[in-house]
Amino acid sequence: MSARVGVILFPGSNCELDCRRSFDALGAEVEMIWHGDVALPDVDLVVLPGGFAHGDYLRTGALARFSPIMDAVAAHAAGGGLVLGICNGFQILCEAGLLPGALKKNVGLKFLCKWTELRVDNADTPFTNRAHAGRRLRIPINHFEGNWYVDDETLRSMKENGQIVLRYTSNPNGSLDDAAGISNATFNVFGLMPHPERACDLLLGSEDGALILGSTLDHVASDARAAV
Amino acid sequence: MTRTDPAPYRALGLTEEEFEAIEHRLGREPTHTELAMFSVMWSEHCSYKSSRVHLRNLPTDGPEILVGPGEGAGVIEVAPGIAVAWKIESHNHPSFVEPFNGAATGIGGIVRDILSMGARPIALLDPLRFGPLDDARTRYIVEEVVHGISAYGNSIGVPTVGGEAVFEECYAENPLVNVACLGVIEDRLMHGRAEGPGNAGVLFGSSTGRDGIGGASVLASAEFDETSLEKRPSVQVGDPFSEKLLIEASLELVRRGLVVGFQDLGAGGISCPASEMTSKAGTGMKVWLDRIHLREADMEPFEVMISESQERMLAVVEPDDVEAVLDVCAKWGLEARVVSEVTKSGRLEVLKGDELIADVPAEALAEEGPVYERRFERPSWIDELQVATSGDDPPEDLAGAFLSVLRSPNVSSKRWIWEQYDHMLFLGTVQGPGADAAVIRLPKGDVAVALTTDGNGRYCYLDPYEGARLAVAEAARNVACTGARPVAITNCLNFGNPEKSDVMWQFVEAVRGIGDACSALGTPVTGGNVSFYNETKGRAIYPTPIIGMLGILERPSASVGLGFRSEGDVIMTAGATSPDDLGGSEYAKVVNGVVAGKPPGLDLDAERALIGFLQEGAASGLLHSAHDPSLGGLVIAIAESGLASDLGFELEASFDHRILFSESPSRAVVTCAPEREVELEGLAERHGVPLARTGLVGGDRFDFGSFSVAKTEATDVFENALPERLAASMSL
Repeated sequence: MSARVGVILFPGSNCELDCRRSFDALGAEVEMIWHGDVALPDVDLVVLPGGFAHGDYLRTGALARFSPIMDAVAAHAAGGGLVLGICNGFQILCEAGLLPGALKKNVGLKFLCKWTELRVDNADTPFTNRAHAGRRLRIPINHFEGNWYVDDETLRSMKENGQIVLRYTSNPNGSLDDAAGISNATFNVFGLMPHPERACDLLLGSEDGALILGSTLDHVASDARAAV
Repeated sequence: MTRTDPAPYRALGLTEEEFEAIEHRLGREPTHTELAMFSVMWSEHCSYKSSRVHLRNLPTDGPEILVGPGEGAGVIEVAPGIAVAWKIESHNHPSFVEPFNGAATGIGGIVRDILSMGARPIALLDPLRFGPLDDARTRYIVEEVVHGISAYGNSIGVPTVGGEAVFEECYAENPLVNVACLGVIEDRLMHGRAEGPGNAGVLFGSSTGRDGIGGASVLASAEFDETSLEKRPSVQVGDPFSEKLLIEASLELVRRGLVVGFQDLGAGGISCPASEMTSKAGTGMKVWLDRIHLREADMEPFEVMISESQERMLAVVEPDDVEAVLDVCAKWGLEARVVSEVTKSGRLEVLKGDELIADVPAEALAEEGPVYERRFERPSWIDELQVATSGDDPPEDLAGAFLSVLRSPNVSSKRWIWEQYDHMLFLGTVQGPGADAAVIRLPKGDVAVALTTDGNGRYCYLDPYEGARLAVAEAARNVACTGARPVAITNCLNFGNPEKSDVMWQFVEAVRGIGDACSALGTPVTGGNVSFYNETKGRAIYPTPIIGMLGILERPSASVGLGFRSEGDVIMTAGATSPDDLGGSEYAKVVNGVVAGKPPGLDLDAERALIGFLQEGAASGLLHSAHDPSLGGLVIAIAESGLASDLGFELEASFDHRILFSESPSRAVVTCAPEREVELEGLAERHGVPLARTGLVGGDRFDFGSFSVAKTEATDVFENALPERLAASMSL
């Protein structure tokens, strides 16, 4: 059975169709979930896509955390379910307290849309199991607020646990410890600023994003096998 | 009805003759509200009163054209069952007065034009013209315009995939901010018609406020002077979140078949769709002012009728569907109200309470605006300009001249600009900013379109007819370099004050040039925009027609880029180079400080042959890269192919500056694998295109034969020139 992926649509989201298309191409069953719903359908993975949820006129993600669906997302995460936040989705997960830290404006004080090179520093997670440690990935970023920050103590423990899963090889935004993608302590919630869904087609410049999206599907499949 | 003192018409931008024509048409004096409505609908911006007689002569028919000029946007069939909407607009005046919001709302307007055809907007291109960067205010305008485009375009989720930035003295106090948008028809093509008396008019989106009162008339249809910055209240303020919701709600309404037709509220406010939609359908409309949701309580009726508050649409809805329409809008968090009703009367009737405060034939507003045959005359100064030296004196040293031209902000990398734009959304950007043309794979069907905007104000200043032909040819060539077939254009015609005979002559000549080139190349005009009065303190900009060309690429994977592909590939130059084509060139301006002479000569048969050669070369897989020499000529084109790929090259012969920097059109620098050189020569011969072996790809130098520079040095100059000039403003 293919993995069931639910993509949450907030007003102002704009990467939901791209997420659907890229997960579709990898063989997942994708459905859209309206932010105003209070319950999640039966899905293995919840994706919070990029965009500008609720316009992001306040702090990014600060309003979206109050969307009705977010309680169900938190419960899904608490039960060990997979949650993936991409760009604005990552910002929302931080605001909602599902991931540590916060995202500040880029050090250059400019919006940046460009290709970046990432290094997989922990390949033993549901989001990176198709890669190996040290693998370089070419995936684009597209954000104004991608400068991840967290307090020293949390950073220390996150580093010890391997929660800084992806790092930029050339830091574009000032993110602490070059972090591009981070995980919670139980590795079922993952947020990253780069857009893996934009890097699933060589014609567009890279297929490396499929390693991230595909890892989640493999994880779901192996879970299903374990359960049998 | 209350009568009004005729004096206000002047403040509203109407002439005495126009006021009399209104009186004559109505058979009475207009009310204050009516006068305001006429003033915007009869403004140059809305009525095309100075340009209409000339635009009629443009070719508009073609096998792929589903909708031509006169609607919200042109519609082109790119493959069976797949249609796109394509249109360009200007937001020049607002962007000078308030660059951030001017540029932002320019995007909002064109996006709603595309939306009103029932199309999802999926790509933007921004052709920009600014003054020289040594001026602090210009640097501020550049920063804010780019920031406005970035903030609005990124937030509404429409990627900006291309455009241009050109810097020239004549734009210092009159920057040009044009914006083109591509949309894909998702479900069905919509028409902005108010069919069916008894149907409801639903206004949805943002509330109506006092922003943008008289934007079309006071701001966009007059010259600038010392008081212009006081016109800031005429600039609208953008709310990209509302626009994004408007896009999603509108597309859902179309998908569910809930609207008869809709049109956005842009220039002219609600007066525009209320009169245009009814006029097209031969119906009328009754508007209840009290039902319009306002941002401020005490707005005057005339303000409500002409407010250009952004992010609003007027939909015509069958009575049974009204509730469903209101529900869709509510789901997306948008205010929506039934504010009007379609009638049989042919009149636009505006009521405040029980009082009829405006009652005019819809046609009078929408169709019967004045048409002027303005006087035009070839100015004597153009003869002096054309016989003057074109600035082709040799440089002191060739390498220095090359680096100077490469460092010119017109030539150097625009990465600083386009990295601030989301240019990848929708997974369609096969080629993005920096390419000859953006290549966008459409969401449905394995087909792509190639999009570019081009226009050289210097050439048009020297000869508007030739300059306009050159702009069309360059746009077609840029599209063809990617392998696509040029199919149709939209145009944005930026000119000075049409009441001056030399400006009007420039306009007439440019339109004639566009028409001739489009006919010759088989690329009809699907619509566009005219922006007059681009003058400040009596000084006009260079005549600047911008051509937005759309091409079709049947196999996206066959797309060819401008960067070299492999070491050892053979560099060939297709097309002929004339040593006399330095008039108006970047070399003449940068090295010799001259803008004079005649622009490069163009042979449209040679252009057509080159286009055919490029298309077939791409489709057959022969071409590894293709890039047309334009600003800076052959040296810059070859260097750009190296810069885009981080590969060096070595030319096999030495040329003098008149060949190296010549801006002859109808050329392309192409590469192919060495073992297929003969095949490529055969292809060129079949198309009648001269093809000369020029050099080889490889090494770590840009070796032009007569001089050479290290690849690293060229890269440094190319990438840093623009940010370094802009950085001067940071240190102020």
